[in-house]
Amino acid sequence: MSSNGTPLVEVQHLKKYFPIKKGMLQREVARVHAVDDVTFSVQKGETLGLVGESGCGKSTLGRTIVRLLEPTEGEIRFEGRDITGLGRRQLRPLRRDMQMVFQDPYASLNPRKRVGSIIGDPLKIHEIGTQAERKRRVQELLEIVGLSPEHYNRFPHEFSGGQRQRIGVARALALRPKLIVADEPVSALDVSIQSQILNLLSELQDEFNLTYMFIAHDLGVVRHVSDRIAVMYLGKLVEVSPAEELYQRPIMPYTEALLSAVPIPDPDLARRRERIVLEGDVPSPIDPPSGCRFHPRCRYATDICAKVEPPLTDYEGHLAACHHPLNVSREEALHAEASVHTPFSAPEDATPTEPAGKESHPVPEKTPRSG
Amino acid sequence: MAERLLEVRGLKVHFATEDGLVRAVDGVDFELDRGEVLGIVGESGSGKSVTALTILGLTRGVNARFEGEVLYKGRDLLKLREEELQSIRGNEIAMIFQDPMTSLNPVYTVGDQIVEGILAHNDSMAKRQAKARAAELLRGVGIPNPERRVDDYPHQFSGGMRQRAMIAMALANNPDVLIADEPTTALDVTIQAQIIELIDRLKDEFNSSVILITHDLGVVAEIADEIQVMYAGRVVERGATRPIFYDPQMPYTWGLLGSIPRLDKPKTERLHSIKGAPPSLINLPRGCMFRPRCPHAFDKCFEEPALENRVEEPGHLDRCWLSVEDKRDLREATIHGELSAA
Repeated sequence: MSSNGTPLVEVQHLKKYFPIKKGMLQREVARVHAVDDVTFSVQKGETLGLVGESGCGKSTLGRTIVRLLEPTEGEIRFEGRDITGLGRRQLRPLRRDMQMVFQDPYASLNPRKRVGSIIGDPLKIHEIGTQAERKRRVQELLEIVGLSPEHYNRFPHEFSGGQRQRIGVARALALRPKLIVADEPVSALDVSIQSQILNLLSELQDEFNLTYMFIAHDLGVVRHVSDRIAVMYLGKLVEVSPAEELYQRPIMPYTEALLSAVPIPDPDLARRRERIVLEGDVPSPIDPPSGCRFHPRCRYATDICAKVEPPLTDYEGHLAACHHPLNVSREEALHAEASVHTPFSAPEDATPTEPAGKESHPVPEKTPRSG
Repeated sequence: MAERLLEVRGLKVHFATEDGLVRAVDGVDFELDRGEVLGIVGESGSGKSVTALTILGLTRGVNARFEGEVLYKGRDLLKLREEELQSIRGNEIAMIFQDPMTSLNPVYTVGDQIVEGILAHNDSMAKRQAKARAAELLRGVGIPNPERRVDDYPHQFSGGMRQRAMIAMALANNPDVLIADEPTTALDVTIQAQIIELIDRLKDEFNSSVILITHDLGVVAEIADEIQVMYAGRVVERGATRPIFYDPQMPYTWGLLGSIPRLDKPKTERLHSIKGAPPSLINLPRGCMFRPRCPHAFDKCFEEPALENRVEEPGHLDRCWLSVEDKRDLREATIHGELSAA
């Protein structure tokens, strides 16, 4: 897979705020900063893992990109085309290209519809094929995701959690999309079933040349499917790195803590390793902490962290936003530069360090896919 | 020896349904000593939750049939009348449920719900005293500003805090046995790490023992002393924690271990997965329950193996016909993905 050409998805300075309204006049009293100035891109055929705790804005980001939510500010490009301002009607043909797989296989399938219409309705809505052709296509999809064509007339309640998630995947595949946003597709499943679904998703990617945005809270799960991983905290991207590198060399302390929270099925190792337990919960995105948003929970935090927001800095293709970067040598720190398009809002009095370099590529080069 | 708190003997729990007899639990034995952490591991429908609920008498009903004994300090809980059971439930044996979002009543404050549990077992205590105790408990499980938060409603708590509140509620009467049924499944990994650590610490503080039920072997690696793996209502492997992880005997256990994405190992191309799904508990397969999904099944597997000690390590039991040598050869390949079953 080549990294040249336009990325499939490009997101520039994307913001999504939810207003909080009060009183008879429904005046806006505050805003939830769910996604706060995020810039990144996804290449064709790659999988971008998006990781963070509940409430960090990862689902909102996923939904805003497929335009299920209206962005507040910023730009979303799909295959080079600006889709930020498209209306309902204009979006319709695009819906074919962008599909979602949802977290809860129990809540995301209509219990009153048969599997045949759950998977076949997207085809019907987009007026693809005759009724007989659609039926054949659905049966074929059922086989592709590891179910059998006889399941066509069954209802969702007749299936187990893992099977339902397969139905959800078949529905997303029906229109032969280019991008699939999978929002925690395995977190509601048993581990034994999780691995089935993860394997299925990678097989389908190879077969249909799919691009995934894979949203999860568990760094263990995304490692298996991702080419690159973006870590999100309170509406901001705090680290973006080629997948394996993130595990070898986390730079942002938050990533380090996320890694140490993943359980290891090896009792001696698990008891020996130092576990960084993050205190408390993610702070409220209504009034996020000053400076680095992670500083109240960070064990390395100093005065500067509370005052100045660290820029997303490029350490040779591995971006991280931290005043006290881990696993970075002195030379690297010297050579690193705040990435030009800095997705972090600069303090108002600061002068821009770089001229606005529009021609520069907004993300690090995609690493070649392993395997 | 430590004090024996719980002894389950030949427990069977069957439910009569319109579709047939559901054999939810079909022969489970275990012991639990004071201070011990027992991990019960298995997939959905393996009978692990029904086992736990039955200990507390929460599966009683017109269509439920029980066999065997559940001895708590020598008394058979299956035979106790409901009133007698009530003095034990929530008092000496307490439970933390899986879903903190639905296990708390949304129309009462968190404090009220804890106070209710305290007063139910302490007639003489004044309400104000009980409320102070509730705040104390919330502090113990790491809720900041407990005196104020005690008057909050569940929706004002985050998921992790609700699970902490559930734990506080379970600990209200210093139980001897704490049963935690998938206490972290609905939570983020970061919060999961906090909760597991909390349970481990409180167990020592309250000198109680814990039954920790989960589908993820990774969760129990750190804190369990003993592990039993359940499948289709049976215990298929049991032993001390180290042998279960370093010398697992049952192909099902290998499958569970292999399915976990490992951060401590190099990345593999494919994750091992256990093909298919657990059997219907109405229509159980012939012979070994795991046979239809087992990549190593052979003729003998049409006969069900007993739960026996087949290795040198005493107390390490399994239900598998493969010879110890065969297991050693096949195991590495299965767990580490060179031989994928799917």
